[in-house]
Amino acid sequence: MKSNFSHAVFTAIITFIVSFPLLGLNLVTGGTSMSIEGAGPTTWMYIGAAVAIVFFFQLFRDQFTGLFRHIPKPSFNTGYQSLEPAKKAKVENWFTFAIILIALVWPFMVSRGSIDLATLVLIYVMLGLGLNIVVGLAGLLDLGYVAFYAVGAYSYALLSLYYDISFWLALPIAGIMAALFGFLLGFPVLRLRGDYLAIVTLGFGEIIRIFLLNATSLTGGPNGIGGIDKPTLFGMEFGRRVKEEGNTLFHEVMGISYDSTYKVIFLYLLALILVVITVFVIRRLVRMPVGRAWEALREDEIACRSLGMNRTVIKLSAFTIGAAFAGFAGCFFAARQGFISPESFTFIESAIILAIVVLGGMGSQMGVILAAIAMTVLPELAREFQEYRMLMFGLMMVLMMVWRPQGLLPSKRPHLELADDK
Amino acid sequence: MTNKTLLNVSDLRMQFGGLVAVNGVNLRVEEGQIVSIIGPNGAGKTTVFNCLSGFYTPTSGVVEFMGEEIQKLPDFKISLKGMVRTFQHVRLFNEMTVVENLLVAQHRHSNTNLLSGLFNTPAYKKSEERAMHRARYWLDKVGLTDVANREAGNLSYGQQRRLEIARCMVTEPKLLLLDEPAAGLNPKETKDLDNLIVSLKEDYHVSVLLIEHDMNLVMGISDNIYVINQGTPLASGTPEEIKGNPDVIKAYLGEV
Amino acid sequence: MLEAFLYFIQQILNGLTIGSTYALIAIGYTMVYGIIGMINFAHGEVYMIGTYVSFVVIAGLTMLGIEYVPIIILAALTIAIIVSSSFGWAIERTAYRPLRGANRLIPLISAIGMSIFLQNFVVNAQGARDVAIPPMISGGWTFGTENFQASLSYMQLIIFIATFICMSALTLFISKSRMGRACRAVAEDIKMANLLGINTNRVISATFVIGASLAAVAGLLLGLYYGVANPHIGFIAGLKAFTAAVLGGIGSIPGAMLGGIILGLTESLTAAYISSEWKDAVSFSLLVLILLFKPTGLLGKQEVEKV
Repeated sequence: MKSNFSHAVFTAIITFIVSFPLLGLNLVTGGTSMSIEGAGPTTWMYIGAAVAIVFFFQLFRDQFTGLFRHIPKPSFNTGYQSLEPAKKAKVENWFTFAIILIALVWPFMVSRGSIDLATLVLIYVMLGLGLNIVVGLAGLLDLGYVAFYAVGAYSYALLSLYYDISFWLALPIAGIMAALFGFLLGFPVLRLRGDYLAIVTLGFGEIIRIFLLNATSLTGGPNGIGGIDKPTLFGMEFGRRVKEEGNTLFHEVMGISYDSTYKVIFLYLLALILVVITVFVIRRLVRMPVGRAWEALREDEIACRSLGMNRTVIKLSAFTIGAAFAGFAGCFFAARQGFISPESFTFIESAIILAIVVLGGMGSQMGVILAAIAMTVLPELAREFQEYRMLMFGLMMVLMMVWRPQGLLPSKRPHLELADDK
Repeated sequence: MTNKTLLNVSDLRMQFGGLVAVNGVNLRVEEGQIVSIIGPNGAGKTTVFNCLSGFYTPTSGVVEFMGEEIQKLPDFKISLKGMVRTFQHVRLFNEMTVVENLLVAQHRHSNTNLLSGLFNTPAYKKSEERAMHRARYWLDKVGLTDVANREAGNLSYGQQRRLEIARCMVTEPKLLLLDEPAAGLNPKETKDLDNLIVSLKEDYHVSVLLIEHDMNLVMGISDNIYVINQGTPLASGTPEEIKGNPDVIKAYLGEV
Repeated sequence: MLEAFLYFIQQILNGLTIGSTYALIAIGYTMVYGIIGMINFAHGEVYMIGTYVSFVVIAGLTMLGIEYVPIIILAALTIAIIVSSSFGWAIERTAYRPLRGANRLIPLISAIGMSIFLQNFVVNAQGARDVAIPPMISGGWTFGTENFQASLSYMQLIIFIATFICMSALTLFISKSRMGRACRAVAEDIKMANLLGINTNRVISATFVIGASLAAVAGLLLGLYYGVANPHIGFIAGLKAFTAAVLGGIGSIPGAMLGGIILGLTESLTAAYISSEWKDAVSFSLLVLILLFKPTGLLGKQEVEKV
């Protein structure tokens, strides 16, 4: 008890030192000099509360830990888990089908803003799923994932700007370009150990951003590229007037009056299709030899080598395929925004995508989808918390690692039937 | 004798900085033989394994496998040639299921073409069925069918050891390197292991190179034994010869 | 000709100045990595916090009417060190210690989260915009011709001296003190040190505190040198300092010093002779190249893979 007390006093003092100078005293720049002013009484209350909480928690920590031991770790155990594997697959298929159906019908019933937000969510889902291949399945921490997103976006923007190439042709090109970058960057760096790899990918991400920022003649530098063509549907444009020679207008062909919502819905559905394809392709990949090899590599690299698996090839495949999905997402992003600049591709963006993967549960597709929704929609719903958004992201990443590193919805191992052979 | 030499190691030397871990080791494994390496702890046995399997590149010396020099090859290529190893501390893919462990190991035989996998072509299906069949066969053989869908990390120690051997066997090796497979096993499990190793040799024509401390096991199944002490060869011969060798007794029991 | 030479000398002086501060921050990365083998991604933020705290102290004392510069700086230094090292201690305690022994990517992700958290903590507490202080120490020596004057400012000299004192003190501490010996033992083999009765938790905490203190020194020095700060300076500075640590050989204290100096020189020469826009790209490329071709750095030890 005595040592607990002195420890509690110590931690309370530390809490005060950590919070007081930065929270309690605010720098005010005025003219040539700088002064400080004390914060308002609310801030003081918060500081006092924090100090008190830390003090009492540390004082009674034995009791607290005893208390916490009795609270079971949260588990999402429903009757579903005890189902027969074959039945489970059926339930899952129906479930997926239902979700897709709802997602298809939904935009026709809600506001334009909601659809726009949903489209953003879908972009993050795609990025999360792509990064999940690299981080969650293959266990390679890539902190520069946003670079491939940027490559995809700039591929379309530049192709559209200089060669007038349409979205549909640019989409595969953007994917291939990003994959190519992934391959070229991956080839030298994948020999590195996990944490070095993370830093090198971060460095690469920054190098690409600095390049985009400074290659002004090609990319427009900090001003970015604007006026990127929107996608068309079989040559039908969604604008009020035809922009491209030879195209028709959606509302004219359909014989309805012009409404800008059509464009928003169209973009949403397009994103949805891309996400559905992504989900199915990745689901297939995981069950294929290459997907199994990714996971095996995450589990034990040395064992993989001893079994004759070429780790460079396997890592490279994960890196390249993951990058390709970021390329698709980037291409779509450029088309949706109509304008891109290096601002959209900073390290924070990489960190957000990583946070989605971490929150969802590494390797788990459903988890990543739910996390992408949560991370994008929650800050929108609670506007007053908007300014604390990044603070919360950071805190969440730490707490998740400490409390539940496998994520909220960790991936389940597939149950394989041992086929009877006769 | 119609036996062919499978593995021939001459004058192997491995040096880390100033430390000579292995020096002047010679080994020979004929087809269909079980050969053991014994020696006190820290004698450099595992280092020899690491050199043979390509995890270390030996400082000097020649490792010939099926008449081909392999000492410069990377680990995974050596494994692909048919020399596969286990580890002193079991290395399984812990979060994957038992079957998945066996499927992963067949990577080399699998159809890894992405497109045929994505479109589920007949050739791909066939390759997957074959892999599943082989996995099933070996699960049965090592008695793990009941736990096939359990995560490998949750198996008992003895089961993990057997899974590691099965995982090597699905790669269809010619020579199996086992690093202390009986460590931590109870007498019953050791007996099963004994039978399994003999069966690998007799029924599957796999040669085995074994590092082991369990002398009953070693003396019972080995065709030939090499003794290493402090990184250098001490003696070699049949189990009978080794048992009577005064140098070996001295190395094990200390100066008497 | 002479002008060109003077210009070159000026770049060397600027490079050494920046390099010294990188070295101070790099110590934090290198010591933590040497002891628990993790990249303390949030270390750059500790440096940034050091700068902010110094600014708060300087502004506060100026408001109180204290004008004697040495007193202000000494007070700023002391308080910045106390606050930053408290942050260092608290970060280790909350975000890293519970994860000890986990897969090495997990503490790294936690560290990234911590870095984002701290950055936004300062954004929310002090605003995202630049804060500036008026120059405290001005003047210096100039030399050269009419066309070009090279200068060594007093501030630069102070940075060199302060870095030299810190590095000497650290070296002495590591080689002579009891805690320093324990640090070396833990870096060599943490399990063994634990068995021998060394309180490894204390040693690890001490490492974070020492690293954070040196980062606070760097925070004050660079704050005075540039006169401006914002909550995002920690990210880039951290990355640069990490590059310095890797360049010199991570885990090696003289290596961090050497790496910092080399990186500082590279940057200032790139900015002078190529383009200042590309200087960050050049340092990151340097990082990538070292990790690819000499991951042990210039003075690091070779690691043998354990099979």
